[in-house]
Amino acid sequence: MGKISNEELLQKLSSKFDSKLANVTEPYGLLTFETTREDLIEVLSFLKTDLQFIHLTDITAIHYPELEKPFAVVYHIHSLVNGIRVRLKVFLAADDVHIPTASDLWNGANWMERETYDFFGIIFDGHPDLRRILNVDDMTAFPMRKEFPLEDPNRIDKKDYFFGR
Amino acid sequence: MSFVFPNIMSDIQIVEAPPGVEGSGFFATSLDKAIGVARSNSLWPLPFATSCCGIEFMATMGSHYDLSRFGAERLSFSPRQADLLMVMGTIAKKMAPVLRQVYLQMAEPRWVMAVGACASSGGIFDTYSVLQGIDEIIPVDVYVPGCPPRPEAIIDGFMNIQKLVQTESGRRREDPKYQELLAKYGIQ
Repeated sequence: MGKISNEELLQKLSSKFDSKLANVTEPYGLLTFETTREDLIEVLSFLKTDLQFIHLTDITAIHYPELEKPFAVVYHIHSLVNGIRVRLKVFLAADDVHIPTASDLWNGANWMERETYDFFGIIFDGHPDLRRILNVDDMTAFPMRKEFPLEDPNRIDKKDYFFGR
Repeated sequence: MSFVFPNIMSDIQIVEAPPGVEGSGFFATSLDKAIGVARSNSLWPLPFATSCCGIEFMATMGSHYDLSRFGAERLSFSPRQADLLMVMGTIAKKMAPVLRQVYLQMAEPRWVMAVGACASSGGIFDTYSVLQGIDEIIPVDVYVPGCPPRPEAIIDGFMNIQKLVQTESGRRREDPKYQELLAKYGIQ
């Protein structure tokens, strides 16, 4: 089986999910589109089983505080058979950061979703064991959210009085 | 035929005896001082090396700088046998309980040296995931500045530890001031 192009892929997707895909772009040749969390699992299953996107490269999130729906959960998926990658985004409102888990489709999603929860506080419904993975267990903040200061508050050697300010 | 032996032995310095009373056939000093001399010249360091300061420590242990000249030939990789904890490198907050556990496993008397900017203050890693100096979790005796410090600086820090060891009282763990210090860190 040879490589398939972005156009062919988009055609196959839009014939099945006509109204469920939004904002289709191709930055740097990578087919990117948005969907909603209600349609997410359906789209992901179609990509995995029908189009052989068997490799989930990454799940992560981005925080855009200025947007109405500030959290974007991003899925990078790779079809090794067809030699093509695709990027899928789901935007979530700040007071409702729930999204269904993809760990039923790809086992690799388990730790990726834990990491996304750890840093952004995104809650993956149906995840078998959603707890922090990289940060200390007693951390109270989600450090990659913009409202969280990057610096450690315990730091004292950068206080102004050490510099005569 | 005759051999000429170069007189290499003359450069070697031997540790001086502590101050005491000396006479024909006897030498008297206090037990604390004698123990101090013995301890300070036979410290067993535990290298807790997590990053680049650890590489400098390897150079310090190597033949060119040779920390063994100061009686620290024998590194102890078991905290139970170590006298000196040398923390070299960035300590992430997730590593902090491990470091604390290592410190708690060391037998008294124990000393701690924070080598480099990260171990002393967090260094350039002023961020949510890094411990801002190991003195947030365990007491520190000597701080060695540098990023990373050169082997000379590590040796200088080690010699300062030796000075502390020499003047240490025989049973430090019964000293109320010391117990108070440990209590501040929630130890015992």
